[in-house]
Amino acid sequence: MTSTINHHLTDDLLMSYAAGSLPEAFSLVVATHVSLCDECRARLAGFEAVGGAVLDEAPACAMEEDSFAATMRLIAQMPTETRIEAADESVKGLFPKPLRDYVGGDVDAVQWRSLGGKVRQAVLPTSADATVRLLYIPAGVAMPDHGHAGMELTMVLQGAFDDDDGHFGRGDVEVANEDLKHTPVAAPGADCICIVATDAPLKFSGLLPRIAQPFIGI
Amino acid sequence: MNERHTSDARWVRLVERVRSDKDQAAFGELFAHFAPRVKAFLMKSGADSSLAEECAQEVMATVWHKAQLFDPERASVATWVFTIARNRRIDALRKQRRPEPEDLTWGPEHEPDQSETIALQQESEQLGRALAALPESQRVLIERAYFGELSHSEIAAETGLPLGTIKSRIRLALERLRQEMK
Repeated sequence: MTSTINHHLTDDLLMSYAAGSLPEAFSLVVATHVSLCDECRARLAGFEAVGGAVLDEAPACAMEEDSFAATMRLIAQMPTETRIEAADESVKGLFPKPLRDYVGGDVDAVQWRSLGGKVRQAVLPTSADATVRLLYIPAGVAMPDHGHAGMELTMVLQGAFDDDDGHFGRGDVEVANEDLKHTPVAAPGADCICIVATDAPLKFSGLLPRIAQPFIGI
Repeated sequence: MNERHTSDARWVRLVERVRSDKDQAAFGELFAHFAPRVKAFLMKSGADSSLAEECAQEVMATVWHKAQLFDPERASVATWVFTIARNRRIDALRKQRRPEPEDLTWGPEHEPDQSETIALQQESEQLGRALAALPESQRVLIERAYFGELSHSEIAAETGLPLGTIKSRIRLALERLRQEMK
């Protein structure tokens, strides 16, 4: 929406999302970011255009003989397309629509669970190949120091955080892989709410979080 | 109006006839071209022939019902059909939900701008020709990525295709849309 987004999705993520190969958890973060970022929306449309070209060039595979008639019957059975929900502007909240669909509402509908020290999380239901959660980190508080076995994709929804890679505000995404061991700290001001997708459990460096890990499920 | 008879522009006109007139003959032409390609796409993605047939019919039925959501200033018909087929594949083959970005749609009275539409359709055709002209090995890799044969970690984003121009054009279309929504 605004042009203040400084950290964007990578080409790899946009192309995988366009191709339909991302785990659902990562797709949710991509869809949430694209909802706020016209730059990535345009890049995504470019990658989808490649998909269109691939489809168009694909060798055809003959349809069944009565296929067209069967499709017309199917059309007659389907409920007529519901009116385009002409910009449900009235529900402009903190969460873009794809995230609201998973939460079942905006930020006030989130079922938070405490992780201790006022840090809270809510794991959202997706397919098991990756995990996505909302994290609530009070302003000025540090996330436990951690590295990654796989990929971690973080997007800020409210407030901001800082780490070795820079400052991340609303709409910004950080893509972290095995090489990045980081300690994000929520910036002063508003408490920080992020959506975080991971495809492997996080590896915490400190002893205490490591012991706590099985219990808090992070 | 300088309307060129590119095939992508022809598909756009057919979708417009489906949208405004529920024109079965127009839909028949779209069906003849796209249904067999959607079926091939789904079979390459791992569906057996009867599941691919069923899903291709559902994809084409969705094309009929969602014709009013097609925006020729932002996509070719092939691209739009691809996104519907891809979502059907995720749903039917991978059994996953597909989170989609918030829709950005023009108001109900908006008439697509002819020159913008033609320009976007031409860029799509150029992209198709550029894809066909890629070295075999590179083209096959891109096809495998879009057929869903590669996992996300195997997809490298360097396509070698001129995506910058089509992206800039779509970016401008989004800016015009945002202006109108204000």
